[in-house]
Amino acid sequence: MARAVVTVPARAKRGEIVEVKTLAQHPMETGFRRTQTGELIPRDIIRRFTCTYNGTEVYRVELHPAMSANPLIAFSTIAAETGTLAFQWVGDNGYSVTETASISVE
Amino acid sequence: MSLRTALLFAASLLCARAGAGEIPPSERRSGYDLMSRETRAMQDDDATNPGMLWVLDGETLWNRKAGAADRACSDCHGDARESMKAVAARYPAFDAALGRPVNLEQRINMCRSKRQKAPPLAFESRELLALAAYVARQSRGLPIEIAIDARSRPFLDAGSEAFHRRQGQLNLACSQCHDDHWSGKLAGSPITQAHPTGYPLYRLEWQGLGSLERRLRGCLTGVRAESYPYGAPELVNLELYLMWRANGMRMETPAVRP
Repeated sequence: MARAVVTVPARAKRGEIVEVKTLAQHPMETGFRRTQTGELIPRDIIRRFTCTYNGTEVYRVELHPAMSANPLIAFSTIAAETGTLAFQWVGDNGYSVTETASISVE
Repeated sequence: MSLRTALLFAASLLCARAGAGEIPPSERRSGYDLMSRETRAMQDDDATNPGMLWVLDGETLWNRKAGAADRACSDCHGDARESMKAVAARYPAFDAALGRPVNLEQRINMCRSKRQKAPPLAFESRELLALAAYVARQSRGLPIEIAIDARSRPFLDAGSEAFHRRQGQLNLACSQCHDDHWSGKLAGSPITQAHPTGYPLYRLEWQGLGSLERRLRGCLTGVRAESYPYGAPELVNLELYLMWRANGMRMETPAVRP
């Protein structure tokens, strides 16, 4: 199960700074660990997270092996117009999850 | 002061400490109170609590048909938000057919094999933890209510005995840390009172969700004792004692712990 949870305020005033919280379900296997028999566990991490607001990229993160499992990414953006925030997580082994949230700006 | 007197004095201090015994109800604390502000904030907000990922998975599994009977949990139990309210706060509970207490995970698996005709889920598997977390989530904020009767009394006593018995190469009893020294620290980390209010919980150290049995097995390994396998009656007795000991405290599932 690949799941992601995003939290965006449903409505905001124009120009207001809003907090966006995202949580993605992922083991973030570093690629440095070994099994009890000494075999290397292959790396399996999220490589990139992007957030677009009505098609414009507003936030991007590159993730690396030292990040925890189920990464929580929280950031702020300016409520410019009513529309949709689209989120995408892309990673190793074809991992790709998308999620959207709408915000109404008055 | 002669060396002999000094030793006697030290010994009497140790005895006083060791005799600290059970925690008075007014001084009971959840591990939550010992956590950093940041970790507490993480638990309190469903948007940042990683345990919620399992709860959401559990909701999906609750409504998914499984097994030869082709039935979902919801087909019998309906909406978990109503039917499972306060249920986890009563577990481990005595099962008359088995003649011993069973914990929540075991109860879910019994339902699976008897009603759904599906193979039981492995202990600590993602699915079982998700279902347990979803069920226990419906008790969040409600007080733990373990009722003990004549049938379950011997199991509670066995759990209490295990809690107070020294074991392992370090020759330590659970109570020596969790009853007598809970205000102290062990290797820089606060010693908790061992109230299982938030299981299954997300432990940052585990990078995932885990059950109370996983925690107990970790503690047993910590005192260099041989731990029991998952689902062992000895572990369930200990779970029963710990939950009974926390009677009246509020459930926090899914809790976050360092």
